[in-house]
Amino acid sequence: MIGTLSGAAAIAGIGATEFSKESGRSELQLSVEAVQHALADCGLTPADVDGLTTFTMDSSAEIAVARELDIPELRFFSRINFGGGAACATVQHAAMAVATGVADVVVAYRGFNERSGSRFGQVSTQAASQVNTNGIDNAFTYPLGLSTPAATVAMQARRYVHEYGATSADFGAVAVADRRHAATNPNAFFHGRPITIEDHQASRMIADPLHLLDCCQESDGAVALVITSVERARDLRQTPAIVAAAAQGSGRDQFVMTSYYRDDIGIPEMGVVGRELWRQSGLTPDDMPMAILYDHFTPYVLMQLEELGFCGRGEAKDFVRDGAIELGGRLPLNTHGGQLGEAYIHGMNGIAEAVRQIRGTSVNQVADPAHVLVTAGTGVPTSGLILAR
Amino acid sequence: MSGPVRPVVVRDTQFFFEGTRAHELRIQSCNACGVLRNPPGPACPRCGAFDRGHVVASGEGTVFSYLVHHAPQVPGKDLPLVIALLDLDEGVRMVAEMTGPVEIGDRVSVGWNDVDDDLTLPIWHKVVEPAETEETSR
Repeated sequence: MIGTLSGAAAIAGIGATEFSKESGRSELQLSVEAVQHALADCGLTPADVDGLTTFTMDSSAEIAVARELDIPELRFFSRINFGGGAACATVQHAAMAVATGVADVVVAYRGFNERSGSRFGQVSTQAASQVNTNGIDNAFTYPLGLSTPAATVAMQARRYVHEYGATSADFGAVAVADRRHAATNPNAFFHGRPITIEDHQASRMIADPLHLLDCCQESDGAVALVITSVERARDLRQTPAIVAAAAQGSGRDQFVMTSYYRDDIGIPEMGVVGRELWRQSGLTPDDMPMAILYDHFTPYVLMQLEELGFCGRGEAKDFVRDGAIELGGRLPLNTHGGQLGEAYIHGMNGIAEAVRQIRGTSVNQVADPAHVLVTAGTGVPTSGLILAR
Repeated sequence: MSGPVRPVVVRDTQFFFEGTRAHELRIQSCNACGVLRNPPGPACPRCGAFDRGHVVASGEGTVFSYLVHHAPQVPGKDLPLVIALLDLDEGVRMVAEMTGPVEIGDRVSVGWNDVDDDLTLPIWHKVVEPAETEETSR
């Protein structure tokens, strides 16, 4: 008999460093600090850990993290590809390991100096020179000048505007909501600094139609999450955030940020994730009182609302109007401030916020959410979670 | 190094960059079923065959989408830089560096950017329709 993933595992602990523009310490140290905080949060020790997951992109190997923490033995370790698309999948892989008995306590981590070190917003010649299929794909974009994440998104955003009549101000609604939520989050880089839609419209062009305030920050920091069985999590210090569903998704003719050769150049890979999340959990968009939607660039938040079934194709511009995605609205999004407002930790800080919402400890708490949807990076093969009490 | 980012060229993509050096815009074709494909790859996604050749494109297309890159600096390019996604007349898509502003639906035509002896890149320009030109030759 095949077991089910839904309800088998939970996020028992969360931890993070401060979020900054210059951490002043190594990426490995950041990750180790975050893991220590996450273990302390739930009352476990490194000796309890027997699994680690992270991003293929992470610069700190599982064994390096294990050495620093003196984790005695690892029975499970995995890495997930495709940039921020890995975020929720680190939890999915951990939950699968726990559900099958392959590991008992798995820690998912991500740490980087993404502002003071290698900046993702700049042109990465290394991305274009890697001798693998990603580098080969980039031969048809980078030499032509299409070589930053913002520019690759702008290509999709322009077509979306053309097809559905959305405007730059509709994208700006996402930035305004994120920054409003960040303004009341002391851990957010933009704490105390909300913006208006006029600020958004006046911000300089980065990759037209994207303004500066459509783009997330570059950040230094780390986040770690402790995943174990629901049964074990119930005996620990915190209210478990149960993994009700966990999915990965990639679409037909998929590329990294440049899936331009399909008839529709949207993000169908998130539709793959959404359908699987609803199937596993038996829930629907109407059951979600809030969500954490990956927001490295604002247009993708609108496209995600459509792919996940919160509204029809082309209708997100109406969905996000009039504060619908802010606290008190129909579907508050990114209550920590998102990656535009809190920090860009490749989506892992959004998962931590979903856990706080389930626990009831967010600084921008939504009333008693029974379920929280979280998504990972868009424009790339991606992943998602539904967490539950 | 002041030139553009250099492409990684491998066995499966070599024909394309050999083509640009010869000022030919090559599109991979399947010798078994005839389907055209861009960007290229070793197998035909339609019929599974590995027997592949290429056709030389007319070098004409229509703008499907575009962006104007303002920041940050891009190696070997002047800003602002217009980059478009084209529907080529042969029926495949291609990312294109443009010489100037375009709108969705504009007709465009290919030209050549000879970077050095080893690398030539396509660079596209908007086609001004005859009715829009001051002088029409016919």
